[in-house]
Amino acid sequence: MENNFKKTKREGVVIFSPYESGSSIKKALEIGRENILFEVRESKMKGRGGAGFPTATKWMLVAASRADKKYMICNADEGEPGTFKDRVLLTEYPALVFDGMVVGGYTIGSEIGILYLRGEYIFMLEELEDFLQSMRKQNLLGKNILGKEGFNFDIAIRLGSGAYVCGEETALIESLEGHRGEPRNRPPYPVNTGYMGYPTVVNNVETLASIPQIITKGADWFKAHGTDKSTGSKLFSVSGDCEKPGVYELPWGTSLNELVEIVGATNTKAIQVGGASGICIPKSQFDRKLSYEDASTGGSIMIFNQSRKMLKVLKNFMEFFVEESCGQCTPCRIGNIKLLEGVVKIEKGDYTFSYINSLKDLSKTMQVASKCGLGQSSPNPFISILENFKDEIFSSNGNGANHA
Amino acid sequence: MPDTIKRAPISQQPFKVEKPLDLNAIGGMISIQINEKKVSVPLGTTILEACRDNHIHIPTLCHHPDLCIAGVCRVCVVEVDGMRTLQASCSFPITASIKIKTSSELVRKARRNIIDLLLSEHHGECYACVKNKNCELQTLSKEYGVDNMRFGHVKEPVYEVDFSSTSLVRDMNKCVLCRRCIRTCIDLQEVGVLEAINRGDKTQISTFYDKPLQDVICINCGQCLNRCPTGALYSNDPSDEIWRAIDDPQKHVVIQTAPSPRAAIGEEFGYAPGHSFTPELNTALKRIGFDRVFDTNFTADLTILEEGTELLTRLKKAIVDKDTTVKLPQFTSCSPGWIKFIEHFYPEHLDYLSTAKSPQQMFGAIIKTFYAQEQGIDPKDIVSVSLMPCSAKKFECNRPEMDASGFRDVDYGLTTRELAKMIREAGIFLPELPKSGFDEPFGEASGAGLIFGATGGVMEAALRTVYELVTGREVPFENLRIEACRGFEGIKEASVKLENVLPAYSFLEGVNFKFMVAHGTANAKQVMELLREGKLSDVHFVEIMACPGGCLGGGGQPIPTSEEIRKQRAKAIYAEEEGLPIRKSHENPHVKYIYEKFIPEGPCSELSHKLLHTHYKKRGRYII
Repeated sequence: MENNFKKTKREGVVIFSPYESGSSIKKALEIGRENILFEVRESKMKGRGGAGFPTATKWMLVAASRADKKYMICNADEGEPGTFKDRVLLTEYPALVFDGMVVGGYTIGSEIGILYLRGEYIFMLEELEDFLQSMRKQNLLGKNILGKEGFNFDIAIRLGSGAYVCGEETALIESLEGHRGEPRNRPPYPVNTGYMGYPTVVNNVETLASIPQIITKGADWFKAHGTDKSTGSKLFSVSGDCEKPGVYELPWGTSLNELVEIVGATNTKAIQVGGASGICIPKSQFDRKLSYEDASTGGSIMIFNQSRKMLKVLKNFMEFFVEESCGQCTPCRIGNIKLLEGVVKIEKGDYTFSYINSLKDLSKTMQVASKCGLGQSSPNPFISILENFKDEIFSSNGNGANHA
Repeated sequence: MPDTIKRAPISQQPFKVEKPLDLNAIGGMISIQINEKKVSVPLGTTILEACRDNHIHIPTLCHHPDLCIAGVCRVCVVEVDGMRTLQASCSFPITASIKIKTSSELVRKARRNIIDLLLSEHHGECYACVKNKNCELQTLSKEYGVDNMRFGHVKEPVYEVDFSSTSLVRDMNKCVLCRRCIRTCIDLQEVGVLEAINRGDKTQISTFYDKPLQDVICINCGQCLNRCPTGALYSNDPSDEIWRAIDDPQKHVVIQTAPSPRAAIGEEFGYAPGHSFTPELNTALKRIGFDRVFDTNFTADLTILEEGTELLTRLKKAIVDKDTTVKLPQFTSCSPGWIKFIEHFYPEHLDYLSTAKSPQQMFGAIIKTFYAQEQGIDPKDIVSVSLMPCSAKKFECNRPEMDASGFRDVDYGLTTRELAKMIREAGIFLPELPKSGFDEPFGEASGAGLIFGATGGVMEAALRTVYELVTGREVPFENLRIEACRGFEGIKEASVKLENVLPAYSFLEGVNFKFMVAHGTANAKQVMELLREGKLSDVHFVEIMACPGGCLGGGGQPIPTSEEIRKQRAKAIYAEEEGLPIRKSHENPHVKYIYEKFIPEGPCSELSHKLLHTHYKKRGRYII
């Protein structure tokens, strides 16, 4: 794969705003751990991977724990279908990401940072290594960083092997340790028992990329963007039926109607918010706002216009989950197979409504009983597409037609 | 720092919150609420334990008391107040005051859905399954009132059944991916033959490069069989061939029975663990049609004499002759699982093994030589069956070198479970049978042979004999009970001082005879690592059994198994032992008779080496 993104200057209010490499590290070392944590907490920054866990809380838990070693891991296993924002950050704004890791490492008291890079992103490995090397030369990495006595930190890059589930933080850690990428039981959480059993912070690329901006420009500046509960801005990877697909930085709280306008989508039928494991929102609900409290997403926005058959869309998602479940827990491993079977049966018109209802019931079980986020969210498209497009799916032109 | 030697991934290891030593300390006990009932539990108790302690039943499938916690089947989920998702009760340690609901609508529906899912992928034809009526999936579906297959059912088998191993059969069509076998193999036994491969819908349990079991380093211990909740893993059953031999008037069919199956077979007939049915079993076997019923303990006694003599010879060579090629400590060789384990994992250390055959194979060789001669039966007409608690015995009797008599020394290894099936097939209810003894010319054996069934038993039996041979006195323990050998600790270590020895053994005067006992190959591995590091130089004798608990926890024993069950079986064995008139191997009159009449040159002589000793194969980790 080649890097086919144009290196143009991107526009954005927070992440894509001007930033000088290393400046946040310098400031962080000046203000000290407590003030970093204070700023991050004040900014109300939440994890950008999708789950929305408050970043400051995660850092505080690790910072407060006593251990010989702590790890700062950057989750760059960008695998959610329709997401490519981390790729942009890593190729065009590596300084933000790595500076964020250094600041995080300093805050939690870690000396080792690991970038877990999606296997398919191997093409950017060389450039990233070069960048790390230049950081080392500027003493932004290495021993006694920027003259701060006793602050040693370095970053290693590890490649994933292509499993979607390794984006789940505990599976990612298992994978780093050399095991099958399978989620662990939680509790314990990585902040207690993470990589090699040590307290570990796992942050999304975008989360870390936001940190330098918060540190240099302050929590109040950051909070000025977005909504009350979803502060700052978000990178959206927009794809599908629109004129201008790509990565957009928009403040949280942008409505789907506004988004459609910006990306030049016409004749839109539905938007899948949050990737394959997200929810599918029909046009009638386009006044919903992109935010943790409403339409939450890790960044994937897929636009479908009127020509798309939603059953086919759903089938595609379910095929993905059938293959990408780690195969460990029952609800996810077999549940996804059964949901796909259901979709195929609807396609053929070979179903009863009581069967569909038992599948819906199953979806709810998967959401609450699966071991990790994969199985807990994989029924989302099944539930939302079936709910929002039942008229289409069970009508004569939606392919669920032949049912007597 | 996590233990990197442990091979099980952390995802399959439990999250343990250490229980506080002082439960009265503040925070030692946590008050929680289970279904409106307020109870107080020690910090770190899992929800599952807390519920079971309070007589609330939580169904489980992937959970097993012997194994680490996986939390993969999700059958045991419960509702915890304030948490968005249901929690697997097996893997959730209680550290805060929580409210739990164990049978709310959400929980019941989830469990039922999960069971339906498992059934939809399980090619179960219960009436044609070895685990019929002893299947945990079957029990679960009954418990949750499964009345139809809501999500379909596999109609045709997908996988080919692996019959390649002489001991184990793998039928992945019945596998529900609970991963107990993986945890057994990797974590409990540290062999590591089985592992999950692929992901998603293609996930399955497999071996190295998906090779058949006979081509991987499986040691045939069969611990996975004992823990498989369904019929996906079972032992290779020879009972049809045995019936055929019994029905053939030309054949003289003899059976030897090991002590462990006798202490456990009652469980197959509904008895609680801990009842020994030796005399009833003798009657049953004769009613089934075996021509002679012998006691493997007889050759256990023989083993002690051979192995004990071998040990004394080694000690003499090392101490008197200063022979540096002599390997000490000497390791026992009764457990075929352990033998295959050392052949695969420590092939460079085979010289440490005693060359004595296991009691089963000694008996096999004796039956087709000495017994055939004495009774005037052509050995080719003898069919020799052994009732063993063990799946690896099936492999052992098929080892090519086990033909000292000129024939297969033992023709069939039969497990406890398989014999129970034969007894039921014959329409016999074992516990109600009249009692009878073993057949001549081997008759009753000593108690020393009997305790071979429990871990430490071989050591105890050997000490009773070796100590007396060397000093001329009984072992200095009350009622011959050598407590240091007993109990279920993973590795036991103790010593006896040899003083005032007989003149022939003057080289042992003052020697602190040190011995070790380990059970389960995970513990065996630790011992072998110590040996590698040279830390066993002061140890003289090591007993190793491949299975946890020794033979009584063998892969052919009744299912289920747990430490509690194994303890009960051990109790039964030790109780039976104390009631026996002869409790030392060297005092067994039949053993004396054999040596006088058949092997006059005594233990470790040329003939004894031909019949009663064996050699091992450097197998290594790859079978090519």
